[in-house]
This record gives sequence, C-alpha cells and structure tokens, in this order.
Amino acid sequence: MSNSPKKKLVTLTIDGFQVTARPGMTVKAAAAKAGITIPTLCFLRGVSAIGSCRVCSVELEGHDGFITACNTPVADGMVIHTDTERVRTYRRNLLRIILADHGLDSTAYCFSCAKNGACQLQALCNAYGATEPAWRVEQERKPILESNPFLAYDPNLCIRCQRCVGACNTQARNHTLHTAKRGMRTTIEAPFGPDWKATTCESCGCCAAACPTGAIVEKRRRTYRSWETRRVRTTCPHCAVGCQYDLVVRNNRIVDVDAAPGQTNDRRLCVKGRSASFDFVDAPDRLRTPLVRNPTTHELEPASWDEALDAVAEGLGRVKREYGPDALAGFACSRSTNEDIYLFEKMVRCAFGTNNVDNCARI
Amino acid sequence: MLVGSNPEEAHPVLGMQVRAAVERGCRLIVVDPREIGLSKRADVQLRVRPGTNVALANGMLNVILRDGLVNKEFVDERTEGFEQMRAVAEQYPPEKAAAICNIPERDLVAAAHLYAQADRAAILYCLGVAEHSTGTDGVMSLSNLAMATGHLGRRGCGVNPIRGQNNVQGACDMGGSPDVLPGYQKVANPDVRAKFSAAWGVDIPEKPGMKSTEVLPAAIRGDIHGLFIFGEDPVRTDPDTAEVEQALEALDFLVVDELFLTDTAKFADVVLPGRSYAEKEGTFTNTERRVQRVRRAVTAEGDMRLDTDIFTDVMNRMGYPQPRLTSAQLMDEMASLTPSYGGMSHTRLDAQPAFEHGLQWPCPKADGPDTPVMHVGKFARGLGLFAETPYRPSGELPDEEYPFVMMTGRILYQYNARAMTGRTHGLDEMGGESFIEVNTQDAERLGIADGERVRVSSRRGQVEVAARVSRRTNPGETWMPLHYREGNCNVLTSDFLDPVAKVPEYKVCAVKIEKA
Repeated sequence: MSNSPKKKLVTLTIDGFQVTARPGMTVKAAAAKAGITIPTLCFLRGVSAIGSCRVCSVELEGHDGFITACNTPVADGMVIHTDTERVRTYRRNLLRIILADHGLDSTAYCFSCAKNGACQLQALCNAYGATEPAWRVEQERKPILESNPFLAYDPNLCIRCQRCVGACNTQARNHTLHTAKRGMRTTIEAPFGPDWKATTCESCGCCAAACPTGAIVEKRRRTYRSWETRRVRTTCPHCAVGCQYDLVVRNNRIVDVDAAPGQTNDRRLCVKGRSASFDFVDAPDRLRTPLVRNPTTHELEPASWDEALDAVAEGLGRVKREYGPDALAGFACSRSTNEDIYLFEKMVRCAFGTNNVDNCARI
Repeated sequence: MLVGSNPEEAHPVLGMQVRAAVERGCRLIVVDPREIGLSKRADVQLRVRPGTNVALANGMLNVILRDGLVNKEFVDERTEGFEQMRAVAEQYPPEKAAAICNIPERDLVAAAHLYAQADRAAILYCLGVAEHSTGTDGVMSLSNLAMATGHLGRRGCGVNPIRGQNNVQGACDMGGSPDVLPGYQKVANPDVRAKFSAAWGVDIPEKPGMKSTEVLPAAIRGDIHGLFIFGEDPVRTDPDTAEVEQALEALDFLVVDELFLTDTAKFADVVLPGRSYAEKEGTFTNTERRVQRVRRAVTAEGDMRLDTDIFTDVMNRMGYPQPRLTSAQLMDEMASLTPSYGGMSHTRLDAQPAFEHGLQWPCPKADGPDTPVMHVGKFARGLGLFAETPYRPSGELPDEEYPFVMMTGRILYQYNARAMTGRTHGLDEMGGESFIEVNTQDAERLGIADGERVRVSSRRGQVEVAARVSRRTNPGETWMPLHYREGNCNVLTSDFLDPVAKVPEYKVCAVKIEKA
C-alpha cells in the first residue's frame, strides 16, 4: 500500500447510528456500512452517479433542502435522516413526477411492458405508494427505435436517468449512446433506428442492462417475464476472456443472459456473449442421436448408443491391432471443459495407447 | 503494447478494458499490419509488413541497447543468455529493422523508448504473433524485450498471450498435447511417466505423439489410420481445405463427437452427439489462467450424452477399466496429478471469493492462495532465458503470379466457424458474409469497386467474395475473415508450419485478385 499518512476517518450519524467512513465515501455507501439501504434509481454502481432522479434524497441536519446520497461525500459530524416521513413524502412525489413523464402513465399499465416485474421504477413506486402520476401529461407517442436486431429503445418509457449513457461511456467505453438537448428536454439518442448500421454501436447491450425501466431493452426481454425464470451462473463459451454471466432459463430453455460481477468482466458483455451464446444449444439442426455409416449405402444413419459405441471400439480396435497404437490419434476440443479434455487425453493415452493427442490451440 | 491483437473484435470485453486504460491515461502502442479500431487511440501505430514481428522486436531491442534503456539489475539478477541475445539484436539497427518492417524508423524508435521507459508496461499479443512460420520466435523475441526492460513479474507487466479460444489455455493445461501430460509435465520425463502410469494403471507410452497439424499429412502418407475428433471442424478451420479433405478420406476409421453435423462430421464413420456448455458441469480456464465454473442450465431434448460419459464408454469397450465419474470427481483426479491445479476443486470454485473471481493457477494447495501475477521474484524455470531470434521471412511471399499478401482474422460479430454464432440470425445482419479487404490504390489499379465480387486465388484454391476497398490494409496487403463456409479463407491459406509449435501460417499467404 502507499506510504502516505493515513487519511483521517470521518464520523457521522445516520438514522441515529454512529458511522465511521473514509473521506470521499458517499453518504449512500456509509449508510450501507450501517446496514441502511437508501433507494436509488438513476444511480448504478461504478457506472453512473449523476443524482438526476433525486430518489436517494435524504435529510441533512442544518441544511434546508435534501441532499442526494449517491453522490454527496461524507463529512465529519453530519447528522443524516434517511427515512423520515418528510423524506418518504418527498420521494413519493418525485416518483409521481417521474411517472407523469413515463409513457405508461400509471403503474396499472405495467403489465404491457417487457420489464414488468424487473423494473426498478415500478418497484420503487410500489414501495412508496406512488401509483398515479403527479399530474396528467398529454402523452405524445414517440416512435420506438428497433431496427437493430437485438436492441430496442422506447423513448416513451425513458425517465432520462442516463444510466445507459454511463454504461456506454464507462463500461463499454464506446461513447456512442448519448444525450441530446438539456434540462427538461433532455433526450437519449439511442443508435437503434433505421440508420443503426451506420453508427459505431457494437450492440453490446450494456445500455439495456443498465436501464432501470423498459425504455432500452434487449428484444429477447419481450419473450419472458422475470418471475418465470431461474438463473445459472456460468462462463461464456466464445473468446478467451471468459466473461461470467447468468443463463436465464424458463422451462428448460435458455431465454437470455445477464452479466455478472467479478474481476473477469465486471458486469460487461459483448454482442456475442449477450446475444449469441445460447441459441445454438437447442438449435433445430442439433445432432440428437448417434449416426453410423451404413456399409452398403455409405450413408450416415441413426443408430442406438450401443451400436455406435460398439462400432467405435471395433473400428479403432481394428486399426490398433493391424497397425499398432501409434496409427491412432485424437483431437480434443479447446472449447470444451477442462474435465472433458482431461478424460479425452486419458482415453487416448490409456485406451488407444498413444501420445497422439492434441487440441485446436494450433489452429 | 498490443501486438497482432485486435481485442475490440476478437476479445471485445478485453477491448473495452483497453479503451478504459487508454482513457485513464495509459499509453498505447499498436503493432498490426492493418488499421484496427484501437489504432485511432494509439500513441504509436506500427503497421508492420505481415510476418516481420521478429525484426521489429529485434530492432526495438537494438534501440534499447543503444540508448542505455536496459534494466541492468533485472538482467543481472534474473536472466541468462543476455550476451547471445545482444549479438543477434546488434544485427538489427533501427534503419534496417524499419526497412524490413516497412515502417518509419522514427516510429520504431519512439515505440522502443515508450515501452522501455514506462514504469510498468504490458505486452498483449494474439494470433497475429503466433500464426506465422516464425510464431515461436515472435513470442520469444517479445519475451526478450520484456526481460531486457524488466517488465515482468509485476502487476501491469508481462508478456500476455490473448488466447484464441475460450479454453485453449485449459486444453493445453489438461495435457491435450502430444508431448506433455496435465500441468505441462513432460512425457519425455521418466519420473512423470512413472507417476501417471501408477495413477492410471497402464504404462504411458514413451514416444511423444504427433501434433494435430502433423496428423493429417500422416494420414495421407498412411501412418495414421484411425482418428477421434472431439468438437473440431478441421475441414473449415485448418489451412488448405483440399488437403484436409484428402486426409480425412484416407483414414480407415473416423469418429466425430459433435453438436452439429459439421463439414468434418460428414466424413465420419460414426458421429456421436455430445452436450454443449449449457448442458454440463465443468470448468474453463481463461486467458489470464483463471479457472471458472461452467454449470448445467438446461437439458436439450434428444439422445445426446455427456462427453465424459462417451469417453468412459469407449475406454471400457476398448479394454481400459474407467469408472464413470462426475465432472467434480474428474477435476479432483486431475488436481491430484497436476500441481498447478492441486488446490482447486468444484467445491472451492463454488464458494466465495472464487465463485465471483475464479482461481488463477498456480494454485497448488487447497488452503493456499492462487497466483494473479506470474514470475514474481523468480521465473518458473529459475533464470529467464534470452532467446536468439534472427528474423526469417514468411514461408510464402508474394511474387509475380500471386502478388498480394493475405492475412486472416476475426470480426466482432462472428466467432470462429460460426457453429455457435451462425445460429443467432440477428448477427447475419451485422456480419453475414465473407469478404476481402483490399487497399484503395490496388483496387483502383485492378478496376475493382467497393462491394464488387472478386475471385481470390492462391496456389491451393480459389474463392469468390465481395471486395471491401479501404485504407485499412496497406498497398499489396489484403485481409479476410475466417468465419465463413462460403468464401472460406482457408481454401487459400498456406500450410507452412512454425518449426517448433507446428502452428500454420494463417497470417501470411500469397494470393491474386481478379474481377469475378
């Protein structure tokens, strides 16, 4: 560690608890140390902390307005209240204002949205009893951008939290998706419209994963509801980065993936990992039965496992008897698992009796 | 320093991390014959002539020696063979090296200074270094650079291979190679053979085996008669497709264990349907030596079997008594024989912190740490050995008949032979067809417009693809993606091999281009 003198810790009070924190830590992080969760909407850890939605507002004694916990650093002697009636009312009103601008008008219409059940706005509105908007807004139906094969943007559902912008800038570092205009007129310029091919978007979908509502979604999201699924943490099968993600499974079929934290990819994924890592698993042309070549017709024909395995042992055994073990060889698959490859090379060395085993590292 | 690596397309999440490093202030040198996306962000871009990586490294070493940038303490304490290396490097003054590489001398000097003078500097290299007839020398010459400057054995340093596939690292670690058993324990070593013979209950053959790129020619010669291919498609992915097909035809018996009826499986006598990564338990080892779990999520309908069960059945039928083990039990058996994996198990990988971060080998003890950084304080072999790496030209150089160099590589939207990505149809809109990149000047001379169909031929075959005309490749140089069945670049590629690693020279062959 560095040799610089240790920075002095600061002490503050949050909901009556004394909390010590490192200087520079946010009020939200300090509260988490004390086991207090402050709700957030536009905040995304390590990605975005612009404080625009103000849902994380808390009371600071001696300070007239509210402060945003997600991006306010701690200071010595602060006395913070995170869950007073005043804070709760303020959050409820904020959510109703956000809801007024969220194209579904009311949480009563959420069932029509792909993110129903996985929407953070919906969850917060339910938690704070903000089911109706603060005022009725004449809904202007803006067109949905969905020319990209995998991604869609519905500006009507956008709450301008800009988490997607943070994801494109700090996760993907592609700086393609950005805001336009300012203040109340802020809009997101998502590159999924008819000219999507001409943009520098790599379709990695980090933006969709960051979106708390149904504004930017992977189109696959429309095919399932979160509560019908279970998740299995695994490793992407494409390149050697080895990104960690959850396969999202409904009724024994993989319907989506969700990036995982950790040193390898830290919640990032690319277009192949997010959108092309599981369709092949149950593809219609998957081999589903052993095939053995018919000696008379010379065609590959379906066979039972016993027939196929007997044919393998017979065919390889005959070569071994006639030409010796070194006339046999095996190529292992460098896309398969370590355990598969271990047993494969053991098979070649022990059962074939040769060191003629290799994998596709060379090719 | 990125050498022959285009991570934004071939390893996209690593590409994102490289972009983040550059935005944080990390300096970047890009060595690639083509203009890649990261070239725009580079401090120094070296568009070397394909196949001249060794000359570049030697030239950079020459500058480092000349300008007193050698890390003497590191060289004295931790390496051997410096003087022999110096004798070679001295034959490559920067003006000569730059001429071989076809780059400005000042850029070569700037790269040498930038690399040598950084407090920490990492080399990331990929198949643009390995897939040459001089690939082994290419890697060793980069190691020379790292050792001469002491950029090894510390975080943020090292000579880092960016592996070409998800589990190439693991496949090599597991002893899926003709000369080594799991954990790179050499077949030639009698103690190693004795250990495995005792554990497995049969004598391990003493004779080292053939490498995959030697097996197919041996089949044509009649030295190999039976082959078991597990999940590989050499008809698509090996160089010189016509020769591969000839070799598979020549076999007496071919077994293929696959997910799909690939072009290779069509040659088989028996095809066995295996299981995909989503239908099995296991581990992959990523390019950082990080072992991570693969977990079963679904069971696709059909009569497919776990690949380990298939191998077990074949072993027993061929007379070797192999008990049926779970993936976790197989890892335990492997770990008991493999010191670098000795402390790993599925149980440990399923608990925090390994659940989130994996385990990086060497990890010899179940209650001991893993190893994020290798070669700290000492190299695995003791002293780091400088290699003598004189430059040799590629196996097949352009000539009058075949005047263009052709390189191959990956695009962002596809993976290898598309066994996986080809079944996600959205990707077809992004990268659905083969093409060849041709330099603007060359295209003008040949009267080829952007997007026009061209016939590309080499001494081995010909394909018809669309031309993409740009300045991404230098004049006289072309590039093709390696993913496609129609317009497959491997119909053209040469089977010149690296003499040590027997890796084919996918990155350089000579072609001619005509209007189709």
